Amino acid sequence: MRYLPLTDSDRAAMLEVVGARSIDDLYGDVPQDVWCEELLDLPLHQGEIEVERALSAMAGRNLHGANAPFFLGCGAYRHHVPAAVDALIQRGEFLTSYTPYQPEISQGTLQMLFEFQTMVAMLTGMEVANASMYDGASAAAEAVLMASRVTRRRRAVVSGGLHPHYRDTVATYVRHADLDVVTLPTAVEETDLESQIDGSTACVIVQTPDFFGRLHDFSALAESCHSAGALLVVAVSEVVSLGLLTPPGEMGADIVVCEGQSLGNSLGFGGPYVGLFATRIRHVRQMPGRLAGETVDADGRRGWVLTLSTREQHIRREKATSNICTNSGLCALAFTIHLALLGEAGLARLASLNHEAAQRTMERLVAIEGVSTPNDGFFNEFTLELPRPARDVVDGLAERGILGGVPVSRFEPENGALANLMLVAATEMTTAAEIDTLGDALQEILS
Amino acid sequence: MSDVTSGGHRGLVMDEPLLFELDSGGHCGVDLPEPEGKARRLGGVKERQSIGLPGVSEPEVIRHFTRLSQKNYAIDSGLYPLGSCTMKHNPRINEKVVRLPGFAMAHPLQPPATVQGCLELIATLAHWLTTLTGMQGVAMSPAAGAHGEFAGLMCIRAALTARGDARRRILVPESAHGTNPATAALCDYRVDTVPCDARGRVDLAAFERALDDDVAALMLTNPNTCGLFETDIMTIADMLHSSGAFLYADGANFNAIVGRVRPGDLGVDAMHINLHKTFSTPHGGGGPGSGPVVLCEELVPFAPLPRIEADGDVWRLIEHDSDGLAFGRLRSFHGQMGMFVRALAYMMSHGADGLRQVAEDAVLNANYVLARLSGAYNVPFPGPCMHECLFDDGNLKDTGISTLDIAKAMIDEGYHPMTMYFPLIVHGAMLIEPTETESRQSIDRFCDVMVHLAEEARKGNQDLFHGAPRFAPWRRLDETAAARRPVLTWAPDRPA
Amino acid sequence: MGNRLYSKEHEWIVVDDDVGTVGISDYAQEQLGDVVFVELPESGREVARNDELCVVESVKAASEVYAPVSGEVVEVNDALGDDPAEVNADPYGSGWFVRIRLADAGELDELMDEDAYGEYLSELA
Repeated sequence: MRYLPLTDSDRAAMLEVVGARSIDDLYGDVPQDVWCEELLDLPLHQGEIEVERALSAMAGRNLHGANAPFFLGCGAYRHHVPAAVDALIQRGEFLTSYTPYQPEISQGTLQMLFEFQTMVAMLTGMEVANASMYDGASAAAEAVLMASRVTRRRRAVVSGGLHPHYRDTVATYVRHADLDVVTLPTAVEETDLESQIDGSTACVIVQTPDFFGRLHDFSALAESCHSAGALLVVAVSEVVSLGLLTPPGEMGADIVVCEGQSLGNSLGFGGPYVGLFATRIRHVRQMPGRLAGETVDADGRRGWVLTLSTREQHIRREKATSNICTNSGLCALAFTIHLALLGEAGLARLASLNHEAAQRTMERLVAIEGVSTPNDGFFNEFTLELPRPARDVVDGLAERGILGGVPVSRFEPENGALANLMLVAATEMTTAAEIDTLGDALQEILS
Repeated sequence: MSDVTSGGHRGLVMDEPLLFELDSGGHCGVDLPEPEGKARRLGGVKERQSIGLPGVSEPEVIRHFTRLSQKNYAIDSGLYPLGSCTMKHNPRINEKVVRLPGFAMAHPLQPPATVQGCLELIATLAHWLTTLTGMQGVAMSPAAGAHGEFAGLMCIRAALTARGDARRRILVPESAHGTNPATAALCDYRVDTVPCDARGRVDLAAFERALDDDVAALMLTNPNTCGLFETDIMTIADMLHSSGAFLYADGANFNAIVGRVRPGDLGVDAMHINLHKTFSTPHGGGGPGSGPVVLCEELVPFAPLPRIEADGDVWRLIEHDSDGLAFGRLRSFHGQMGMFVRALAYMMSHGADGLRQVAEDAVLNANYVLARLSGAYNVPFPGPCMHECLFDDGNLKDTGISTLDIAKAMIDEGYHPMTMYFPLIVHGAMLIEPTETESRQSIDRFCDVMVHLAEEARKGNQDLFHGAPRFAPWRRLDETAAARRPVLTWAPDRPA
Repeated sequence: MGNRLYSKEHEWIVVDDDVGTVGISDYAQEQLGDVVFVELPESGREVARNDELCVVESVKAASEVYAPVSGEVVEVNDALGDDPAEVNADPYGSGWFVRIRLADAGELDELMDEDAYGEYLSELA
């Protein structure tokens, strides 16, 4: 086996040093009546050629963003990842290192995390960010729990514009937290969140661009939250939008959570992604997750360490702010490298290209008879109202080899009001030919 | 001679400023086309004015991150003996196959008919996991070990609720990982600690006293964090089951027993598997991980969404629960697909035969280290150990040298330190896990260094330890200052 | 001003009239190492004896400080926010945590005096 360096003679010599007759002796503490005497019923070892062939065959059975016209979004976006990103994250010193618990020999990861935290704080318009969470949805759930700790209140108001997976994840995390969650219905009509806020509200959680692609300025909502002593949590599921739009921090958000996949990370069928988590410095001790902080070494050189660790499970155990341990380090690195390459000017340009691609797509599609959009504003994704159930239309497009969008009914199959809605996204990757192909096919299906 | 150079570099160790300090004004490392300049459609929301990001060209970015990388220890560069972390070799075929466009460019919300290969891969991995563990089902979506613990306890709580049995307590041995009590608290359970006995195992009598009909589960790591197999596990499982409670296993240490014994045969009801430990998906400096949780028959109906089911030749993705038993959703989409591809490639490479050899070699290597370092360091519990071996600094007390000093001296010797001061039950603990991917020569060199350090400590060579590390890119960092006045982001007005 | 009394959890209290000043002992600060943060209660909080009163943190540990007596927290040492190191430098002086208006002076009888605490510490060693 190519990954196992011990030879049979090594094994024999080592057993002798150990003082065991056989490897079975070393398993003597395991009840012998449950030993696996035979090999388990699974294939035997294979060489690289066979493994690659088998997995390539599986990969080959998928339609995807590189072999089909592609318009899916809904919290995961097809963006171009510069080649430099993938080359750098595959450096073994990043790829095969552990959590930087030994700072003297982990400064690469620690400095990168400090840069990541700074970039996330800048993007969101907040004061402090952690070293990443699993994804946007789990970050949103942790934000609700944190808001409850900060305010010592037990009621959370969830916007109908929050991504349904985020809402479901919030519901799971708070299930046993003695927290009352008020979830407003998923609807294209604007809902009145302010009337839901009262003296027991820990937080209101909203999203922009929201699930339907609409854009929001939450400044007034932030004021209503604050005057009631509640926090405003803003989720962003398309982080590239922050290259164009007023950041939640400027609107008065207290916690901002984002899905960071769009920068540096491939679609990858849904994971691993990277959750961004930012807040105000006064709340930092209630924040979940790891933090890198600046300090000096014994010679006075600037360096970084993991800090404020007493919030975390390995020290605080059942009183920790979260049970999270492993986060999304390598995805955070990819995010940081991509954003470093883009820089201020590049991110703004990327955001503009996305917005324009979505505008062109929308213009082509709403020109089709019976197709309209409820969106006044949008970033790179919008809702189409179709004359027929969107699921059938999306399936029809897929049969033509086109990945045309996401039917809203995928999230709420029972909600008839959503049946004809389809979410369509475009990015800098979307070509004019793709838009034409989608437009022609949609016209044909609907006619 | 001064060890300060004029520019701050020291040979190959480059002093590297923060990205923000490299800002060359308006540079961009990506060439994107010029936007058309269409009128925005932002629905009245304002555009932002500035962000504050630096502008850096591609060569500068490559050099920046390359220099940063060179300041990291990694499994690629040396033995990484962190106990309970399973820092084994990360094969590169895994990195190659995960980048196949059919996986990397597939969107999680495509119609399932267009992603049959993705669903087949997840189902295949699920089959390997249930076969290796002897369990009836597996929830694939947890993003890491602690997330898997959460999934497992949520299933247990849902199953108990379905029985009409509202139990309030979770038992956790004092040697447990911190995630165990933290997860139990997230599920609003009261955490009660069970002491260990003189053999480093769960104190059976204390466990029996703690067990009553208010206990929902025991969370047990096996092999435990002392590197020892819990010899009473089947008795413990029987006692839990007859009182109506469940046995949750923390699968962090599955590497020791994969292919040799199936947790399901030991009476385990739920166990997360850290794919980034046993199945070698890279740790990436702290993630991403993946923590599928295998489940017994009673718990399977409560598993989170989504699930994958076979329907003839077609793989179906179940995102909504018809019977309403699933406890909910843990995250967006379907799980850590990128980790699934890597883990399956690893499993297929080893096969049933190779995985068993993995466990045996991991256990042999750890016992070899235990034998070679016994005497140099104190052994709190006699062997044989499983895949990791535990020492402490008890026999160095008179030297003034502690576990921390040994660890920092190891850095000068070119090794990442072992896990220190964990498990908490052993004072000055040193937990060493060599893994199966170290050669005998590599382990011998490591043991030679460890013996040497113990000898130097006994000789009273304090300078070797108290100034350490001297040869690392950085000397000891002031963690107290970092925590007293936290500086968590860079700001332009702060002096560098 | 009364004598300094100690609890088994290494809190100390000095009572002046009906208000006791509370901190942690020199032994406790030494065991903790460099204190980096103290989480203090709000003024006005009612506490019962042995309730969790504060949390004192070093880099690698967080320890609860328990109320040695019952009563109302009437003052907290806000200066520790800027300078938690005072807990190490001057545990019986500027490193104090809170002042509590005693509900029941009889509870003081449960605490140890200097000699008894010294003996208690020598048993721990």
